[in-house]
Amino acid sequence: MEHIRTTKVEQVKLLDRFSTSNKSLTGTLYLTATHLLFIDSHQKETWILHHHIASVEKLALTTSGCPLVIQCKNFRIVHFIVPRERDCHDIYNSLLQLSKQAKYEDLYAFSYNPKQNDSERLQGWQLIDLAEEYKRMGVPNSHWELSDANREYKICETYPRELYVPWTASKPIIVGSSKFRSKGRFPVLSYYHQDKKAAICRCSQPLSGFSARCMEDEHLLQAISKANPVNRYMYVVDTRPKLNAMANRAAGKGYENEDNYSSIRFQFVGIENIHVMRSSLQKLLEVNGTKGLSVSDFYSGLESSGWLRHIKAIMDAAIFLAKAIMVENASVLVHCSDGWDRTSQVCSLGSLLLDSYYRTIKGFMVLIEKDWISFGHKFSERCGHLDGDPKEVSPVFTQFLECVWHLTEQFPQAFEFNEAFLLQIHEHIHSCQFGNFLGNCQKEREELKLKEKTYSLWPFLLEDQKKYLNPLYSSKSHRFIVLEPNTVSFNFKFWRNMYHQFDRTLHPRQSVFNIIMNMNEQNKQLEKDIKDLESKIKQHKNKQTDDILTKELLHSVHPESPTLKTSLCFKEQTLLPVNDSLRTIEGSSPADNRYSEYAEEFSKSEPAVVSLEYGVARMTC
Amino acid sequence: MEFAELIKTPRVDNVVLHRPFYPAVEGTLCLTGHHLILSSRQDNTEELWLLHSNIDAIDKRFVGSLGTIIIKCKDFRIIQLDIPGMEECLNIASSIEALSTLDSITLMYPFFYRPMFEVIEDGWHSFLPEQEFELYSSATSEWRLSYVNKEFAVCPSYPPIVIVPKSIDDEALRKVATFRHGGRFPVLSYYHQKNGMVIMRSGQPLTGTNGRRCKEDEKLINATLRVGKRGYVIDTRSLNVAQQARAKGGGFEQEAHYPQWRRIHKSIERYHILQESLIKLVEACNDQTHNMDRWLSKLEASNWLTHIKEILTTACLAAQCIDREGASVLIHGTEGTDSTLQVTSLAQIILEPRSRTIRGFEALIEREWLQAGHPFQQRCAQSAYCNTKQKWEAPVFLLFLDCVWQILRQFPCSFEFNENFLIMLFEHAYASQFGTFLGNSESERCKLKLQQKTMSLWSWVNQPSELSKYTNPLFEANNLVIWPSVAPQSLPLWEGIFLRWNRSSKYLDEAYEEMVNIIEYNKELQAKVNILRRQLAELETEDGMQESP
Repeated sequence: MEHIRTTKVEQVKLLDRFSTSNKSLTGTLYLTATHLLFIDSHQKETWILHHHIASVEKLALTTSGCPLVIQCKNFRIVHFIVPRERDCHDIYNSLLQLSKQAKYEDLYAFSYNPKQNDSERLQGWQLIDLAEEYKRMGVPNSHWELSDANREYKICETYPRELYVPWTASKPIIVGSSKFRSKGRFPVLSYYHQDKKAAICRCSQPLSGFSARCMEDEHLLQAISKANPVNRYMYVVDTRPKLNAMANRAAGKGYENEDNYSSIRFQFVGIENIHVMRSSLQKLLEVNGTKGLSVSDFYSGLESSGWLRHIKAIMDAAIFLAKAIMVENASVLVHCSDGWDRTSQVCSLGSLLLDSYYRTIKGFMVLIEKDWISFGHKFSERCGHLDGDPKEVSPVFTQFLECVWHLTEQFPQAFEFNEAFLLQIHEHIHSCQFGNFLGNCQKEREELKLKEKTYSLWPFLLEDQKKYLNPLYSSKSHRFIVLEPNTVSFNFKFWRNMYHQFDRTLHPRQSVFNIIMNMNEQNKQLEKDIKDLESKIKQHKNKQTDDILTKELLHSVHPESPTLKTSLCFKEQTLLPVNDSLRTIEGSSPADNRYSEYAEEFSKSEPAVVSLEYGVARMTC
Repeated sequence: MEFAELIKTPRVDNVVLHRPFYPAVEGTLCLTGHHLILSSRQDNTEELWLLHSNIDAIDKRFVGSLGTIIIKCKDFRIIQLDIPGMEECLNIASSIEALSTLDSITLMYPFFYRPMFEVIEDGWHSFLPEQEFELYSSATSEWRLSYVNKEFAVCPSYPPIVIVPKSIDDEALRKVATFRHGGRFPVLSYYHQKNGMVIMRSGQPLTGTNGRRCKEDEKLINATLRVGKRGYVIDTRSLNVAQQARAKGGGFEQEAHYPQWRRIHKSIERYHILQESLIKLVEACNDQTHNMDRWLSKLEASNWLTHIKEILTTACLAAQCIDREGASVLIHGTEGTDSTLQVTSLAQIILEPRSRTIRGFEALIEREWLQAGHPFQQRCAQSAYCNTKQKWEAPVFLLFLDCVWQILRQFPCSFEFNENFLIMLFEHAYASQFGTFLGNSESERCKLKLQQKTMSLWSWVNQPSELSKYTNPLFEANNLVIWPSVAPQSLPLWEGIFLRWNRSSKYLDEAYEEMVNIIEYNKELQAKVNILRRQLAELETEDGMQESP
């Protein structure tokens, strides 16, 4: 690769991020075309994918060498000290180049080869079929139909080809409405609740300005409300703070005027925009990266970052949706400004509360494909896949995952998947290793020929699903059809396992969850063993009876030796002890190694590093 | 005094009980000398059975002739009783107020409680100091039991039997006692079998402003050091506070007089600061209407978790001196009855696997809290709701339990007991039918004749049927030293205590049950596989025998 000048540097120190005593590991740093690799003296490997690097910083030269700080999008922060400034400079420059690609074609997904043939790859892409999903929801039906208006991406470039609309909405109405909506994102179906016959629909803000109207748009909204035979009123939920929406009116955009639409109830829910979210996360990470952080600074930092406030706002909005459908039987139309960030968060989370299918491993993939990927959440811009506008980067999808995590905390038995699943998905929205999250909308993805040139993440996750299963999941239980989370502030906690996923000294030293997961696996194995043993015993018994019968016929003597039977010296076989029976987990790439490390670390009873510096530092007074 | 005098209205019908997360219940309210009981008449079951001593504060309100009493309990629960009739309501309220604040200890419920269970093992004799000492005496001969405090004359807050260095005689101990706050001369708290290092605890030395010294004291604490070794004095007060204490006759060990000891100051808060912290925290947890910013800022302002971090850090430091530095430690604050005990007992949880078992933890509480003279009666007289603030009330023991919970959470497989065990201890420290936590010291307990007149908590808890509730299904003996993380990200709020009455724990409880089921099922399967394997092996040998002749 032309960007790599130095491929190997020896005697590099890796500092412990939270150590106040400058504890470090010494090892060798390697630079490959896709990864940065550090191997310490214990042969422990740390792999960092170039695409995961959010920023590289070269600090002022010190006596021990040149410090290089790398911050990753998966919240790993590594602090190297490179002995020679020249090497440091080379690595720094290479990483700057390698972490910010200008073209999609240079991303890892286009070179990643998991040794599958073309048909396997295609099968992988067909795993999630959205047409199937709409069928599962019960559309098309007598009220909703598939529209071919956007088949050629002519009406809206950022929408998928296949859209579901009320059957009364004719093409002119759709076209008219799309002209009245930001980026042409007219109201379409996102989720259909079969029992209640109510729908969650999504769109972007209307171009209403201070007084503009659009008959077609009004018609379309009416068509949506009429598609609900039970409740003719529908909610229009603007997920923005009222002030932001009002400011948009001056730019010729804005929100629906209740007087112009015959059967709507308008509602703001006040989720902040991508810029507020980006700086909120930044503040959060700043606070948590402080060495020797005090409790007081932690909580005041958590408060002033506003992060949990934002999470709660998203959750509250989703609950509003679920309630409108379950309690009032009303359809809901959701939008924000462009309808691809907050709208995706709220629609997908609302569906997750309503429909237990989305709480399964497969269902969750479907949900992400539907509300995020197909409806044009701009993954590449929000995750900064390419060297682009840093103001477009925002942790919108991370927030969605965090909301789901909060739900798993409140309803530990309602989800088929576990936290590792959420973390792994988060890993891959940034990894650029699979094609799913590349690009900003379906049209762009088709142009990139992702299905021919890259692989889909989902089959790999499904193959590994053992790792992602929640051992406490109760699929049979009907209590969890609709989740009704409690959003009292104290129910929202800092997600340590996400934002400190690589800072293991901060984690519990033994993980109940891993033990139960292993035990559950072991139970399955034991069940199998019992079946095997039983059938073997049965065979023996049958054989014996046969033998006895034949022998009885021949000799009519029963050769039994009770003395030997009782004196049988039987040694109980030791069964796999749960804690040691950690399966070696193979990841789909070296970057996945951390999961096996993760599990090992958790199962250890003694921590690898003792975090007592707080005490030691002050031992000298 | 007769309780009847305090109970003007012993019984009211049509009282409605409101509790969070339960439907309201209508029933008959009865007051007895020690309990408030509400039973719904339909199926004759008691809906509420509350010890008066568990009541921290009450509020009353009237709407017309309907009175409402809001009862705030020491375990942080808040319940509401709607009582028809103004007079009845006033009578009930004044009775509760009188009965929940009885002055005399001997009127407390433990003196009236008659156990309905058969006592298999008398808890009063479960943890005798002699037995505890035997555990050490096999490993070391450098220590001895001293009966110098037999009549509680040398130190009123010490037990009759203490462990001291063998080379120090009782006469010297008497002299040292005059040099230490409250007569609390340095005694052995913990002996680390791995390297023979020890934790000692005491009261502050009474050096005063003129730097008084005491040769016997220096000799005593030096007697605990091996040749050429240094030790650490951990003073649980900041240097500033310790210096100020000199003006009141207290002080700290001067380097000049204790050259082999290095002094470290930590600052663990005491008394009203802790009490206020608890009041603020409980108030924050009880208000469901707080928005996120307000909740976080209230949680922060309570400082509760700051105290947790400070206490744990100090305990880790003590444990580190012992295990990593191979140095003995002397720990004291001012009196040596509060922060000192938090640190010595938590250091043992970290260092000593036995203290993470149920028996071992009970022994720890007996040794390091009850016999060591933590004034439970004073500290736990009131809880988070009381308006009449007394200087000596402080949730010192609750902070200790919270710290234990934090370690338990980080090492969920290393403790034989579960969270419920800690919650149970918290409840009984504040209100109980048992005598264990009554009184402020062994001498007070002796005078009250608790052993004869009341039942020990341990007699009840250690029955197999009770123990099963408190056993951690994940426990696997871990003989290592366990180092907890003390970063704020690793120290969450103890929801099991502070949010216990503020949210429904239904789904969490069910998940816990499911976890227990998986563990039980695993045991069952393992047993079954073993039986089948044995069966198969027998059959195979039989077959072999049949075929071989």
